[in-house]
Amino acid sequence: MNIKIRPMMGNEAIAQGAWEAGVQVASAYPGTPSTEILENVANYPESDIKAQWATNEKVAFDVASGASFAGVRSFVVMKHVGLNVASDTLMSQTYIGINGGMVIVVCDDPGIHSSQNEQDTRMYSRLAMVPTLEPSDAQEALDFVKLGYELSEEFDTPVILRSTTRLSHTRSLVQPGKRTEAKPLGFLEDPKKNVMIPGHSRLRHPKLLERETKLKAYFDSSEIIRWDKGSTDYGVITLGPPYTYVKEVLPEASVLKLGASYPLPEKRIREFCESVKQVFVVEELEPIVENEMRAMGLAVDGKKYFSRLGEFSPETVRSGFEDAGILKNKKKKVSLKINPVVRPPVLCAGCSHMSSFMVANAVDARVAGDIGCYTLAAVEPLSAIDTTVAMGSSIANAVGMDKAGTETKPIIATIGDSTFLHSGIPPLIDAVYNNADITVLLLDNKITAMTGGQHHPGTGITLRGEKTHKVDYESIVRATGVKWVKTVDSYDLGALLRTVREAIAFKGVAVVISDRPCVLDPVRLRGEPLEVIAESCTGCQACMNLGCPALSWSAEMFEGHHKIKITASSCIGCSLCAQVCPTDCIKPVMKMES
Amino acid sequence: MTKIQERPTNVLVVGVGGQGVILVSKVLAQLCLSKGLQVKQSEIHGMAKRGGTVFSHIRFGPQVWSPTIPAGEVDVLVALEWAEGLRWLEYLNPDCGTFISDTQHIVPPFACRNRQRGSEDTYARETPAEIIKKVPNGFALDAAGMAQELGNERTSNTILLGILSTTLDFEIKDWEETLDLFVPPKTVELNRQAFHIGRQWIENAIRTSEVAPVSELYEQKFFPEEKGLVEWEFIPEWCKGCDICVKMCPERCLKLTPDQKVEILDINDCTGCRICEWLCPDFAINIRKPVFIS
Repeated sequence: MNIKIRPMMGNEAIAQGAWEAGVQVASAYPGTPSTEILENVANYPESDIKAQWATNEKVAFDVASGASFAGVRSFVVMKHVGLNVASDTLMSQTYIGINGGMVIVVCDDPGIHSSQNEQDTRMYSRLAMVPTLEPSDAQEALDFVKLGYELSEEFDTPVILRSTTRLSHTRSLVQPGKRTEAKPLGFLEDPKKNVMIPGHSRLRHPKLLERETKLKAYFDSSEIIRWDKGSTDYGVITLGPPYTYVKEVLPEASVLKLGASYPLPEKRIREFCESVKQVFVVEELEPIVENEMRAMGLAVDGKKYFSRLGEFSPETVRSGFEDAGILKNKKKKVSLKINPVVRPPVLCAGCSHMSSFMVANAVDARVAGDIGCYTLAAVEPLSAIDTTVAMGSSIANAVGMDKAGTETKPIIATIGDSTFLHSGIPPLIDAVYNNADITVLLLDNKITAMTGGQHHPGTGITLRGEKTHKVDYESIVRATGVKWVKTVDSYDLGALLRTVREAIAFKGVAVVISDRPCVLDPVRLRGEPLEVIAESCTGCQACMNLGCPALSWSAEMFEGHHKIKITASSCIGCSLCAQVCPTDCIKPVMKMES
Repeated sequence: MTKIQERPTNVLVVGVGGQGVILVSKVLAQLCLSKGLQVKQSEIHGMAKRGGTVFSHIRFGPQVWSPTIPAGEVDVLVALEWAEGLRWLEYLNPDCGTFISDTQHIVPPFACRNRQRGSEDTYARETPAEIIKKVPNGFALDAAGMAQELGNERTSNTILLGILSTTLDFEIKDWEETLDLFVPPKTVELNRQAFHIGRQWIENAIRTSEVAPVSELYEQKFFPEEKGLVEWEFIPEWCKGCDICVKMCPERCLKLTPDQKVEILDINDCTGCRICEWLCPDFAINIRKPVFIS
C-alpha cells in the first residue's frame, strides 16, 4: 500500500481507516454521499476485507452484526435515510453491544444535495445511546474510524461515525498508515447478551446507562475534544465541517471542537463556558448540543444566529457572527450576480426511463413514484410523477390510492430495479394479498444508476466484479402471486404503450418490466446519432416533451417556433424522438460517401 | 493564540457534468501538494452526472480551513461552459479576480420550454464582450472549437488548464508533469499540445485584446406575441372520432368528447403547431394564426 501523504476524498479516507483498523467484513447499500466508501473498501485485497453490497441498509447492518457476533471487526455504511431502514437493528445492537468491534458510518446530507430530507443522525445517537464521532476533515475521518474500533471494543458498543456531504466529497491531505491485523475472537456464546428477549433486554438496558456515564468520562479527557485557546470575550463550540468555517471567519476565537457529539463531555463544556464571557454553538441542522447545554443550565446562543436549515458555509457562519455583533458588518463588495439559465439535473440522453413516463402521461395515469434517477421525471417536461415518499414506497402507496376508491385515473406505481430489490418486494406481496387493482412499472435498467452505477443482485455481479446468481424478476413477481407480467423493450414506445394499456385493463396487480440498460453504467452506450432534417421540421416540440438533453432549439424557425437540433456528441441514437416525431424528420446522420 | 495565516489562493472550476471539471482541479491539487502546500478540494457528486452544474473549489496555501471558497473571494474562476461561468461570477473577487471562460453553450432542455410563438430560449444573453468589460481580468475563448481543431473535443479542459497555468506561480515543467499523471497514457502528447495551445492563446489575447465572437443565436429576430392568438377551427360533421389528433398533440390539449368528437381543452395551451391539422384524415381541423414577415 502507498503510504505517502496524498489528497484523499473524505470517503476514501474513511475506507482507508477501516482497512487500517483491521476490518474484515464490510457491507453497505449505495446512497449519496456515502457510496464511494464501500467502493473504496473494495480496492483493498479480499484476503483483508470481505466487502459486499447488501440489498438494503438493514441487511447491510445485519451482515455487519453477524460478523461482529462471529468475532471480527465489522463495518457498515449508509446515508442518513438509510439509517431509518436499518434503525430496527441499531436499536437492538446497542443493547447487545459487540463482540468484534463495529463502526457504522452514516453520511448526512445537510442542504439536501441528493436526498429526500435533511434529518440529523445525532438524534439517532441519543435514541440508541450510541457514541458518535464527528470528523472535520479527511485525516480526522481516517483517524476517527480507527478510534471508533477502540471505543467499540473498550466500551462494548457499536460506534457511529457521522460524515456529511461536504466532508465525504472534499479532498484534503491524508497520511495513510499500515493495517493492524486483529486476531478473530471467534463466536462469543452468551445468550443473555446476544438474544434479545424481554428477560435479557431488561438486563442489558441498565448497561447502556452505565456505558453512557463511562463514555462521558472518557470524552471529558479525550484529545478529540479539542480546545483552541483564544480570545476570552467569546467562545465557540462546534463540530464537523463547520469547525473549518469557524476557524476561517474567527481565527482568534476560543473554540471547543467536539470530536464526538454523543455523549457530550459535560465537564469540558462547563470549563470552556466558564473561561469565556459569551458562548455560541455552531452546529449544522438541529440544535442538539445547544439544547443539551441549556439542560445543563448553561447560557448559550446557537440557532438564534445559525440556521436549522441547510448546509453551512463560511458566508453563513460569518453572517451569523455579524448578527450576533461579534463581527463587524463587512461592506459587501458588489459582484456580478447573473442567473444565466436553470440547469437542474436531467435524465440522460437516451435514458430508457423517458419512454416509460411518456407512456404514463399518454394513459393519463396517477403515478406513485419511487427513489432513483426516474424521480427526475417528476419535473418538466415529463411532469409524470404524482408522489415520491421513500425507498420502496411506490407500490404500497398505489395500493392505498386504490383502496381509497377516489381515483378515476388508472393507478401506476413506478419502481427501479435496485429499489425493487431494496424494499419493493414486500409491498408487491401485500398488493396481491389484498387484491389491489394497480399496475406496477418495474423500470429495470440493470444497475443502481442514481448513485453512479453500482451492481446489485439483479445484475448478477458482486461489488468486486465477480459473477454470481442473477435475480430473475419475472419469477420473483410470479412467485408473489401476480398473474399478469410482461417484459417489454422500453425503446419501443408503441409496444410499451400497448403493454401498459393491457396491464391497466387487467383487473388486479399487473407488472410491466421495462427492459433496457442504463446508458451510463456499467458501460457507456453509444449508438449512431440522429439528426433533424430541418426542412421537414415544423417546430411542433413533440420530441421536446421527452426532456432529452441532446435536443435543443436551432436558430431556424417555422411559423414562430424554433426548429429542433440534435447535439450529435450527446445523442446515442435511441430513436425515441424519431418515434414521437409527427413529420418523420428525425433520421440517422447521413454518412458522407468517400 | 492562533496566528492569522496568510490568505489561501482560491480557484473555482465550473462546468457541466462530463466536461472534465474534476480533472482540472485534480491536476491543480496534486501540483500544490508536490510543492508542499496545504490543499483542499471540494465538490458535490451525485446529481452532477445527470447533466447538472458541476463545480470544484480548490484552496491552497500555508493554512487552509474551509474547503469551500466564500463568495467574492475567488482569485481565478475557470469555466468550461459559458452560462456556468456567468452563474459563479458572484464568487469572483470583484477587485482582482480573473475570469477564464469557454464560450461554448450547452443549452439545457429546460431553456427550451416556452411554447408560445416567437419565444426564445432562456439561456443567458450576456455576451463575452459585455462580461469581459465588467470583471477585473477576463478572458473568453472558444476552447471547445480549438479542441475540435486539435482533433479531440475532450481536450478543451486542458486548453483552459493551460490558461489557468499562466495565472498561478508554478513552473511550466511541473504543470506538464502533473498533467501527464491524470490523462490517459495514449493522450499525454495530445494534452500537452492542448495545454500549450491555451498558453499561446492567452499570450496573443493579452497582446491583441481579442474577444470571442458573439454566438449566432443572439442575432435571431424576436417575434413577441400575445397569448391565445391561435384560432382552432373545427368542423364537427367531418370528424369521425379517429383519435389521431388527440394522440399526436404535443401539448396534449385535445380531447375526445363522449359523442366521439374532438374538442380543445384550453386554446391558450395550443401553440398552433398544425400537427392536428395536417394529420387529420378528414380535414376537420383548421389552424389560423397571424403570419409574421421578418
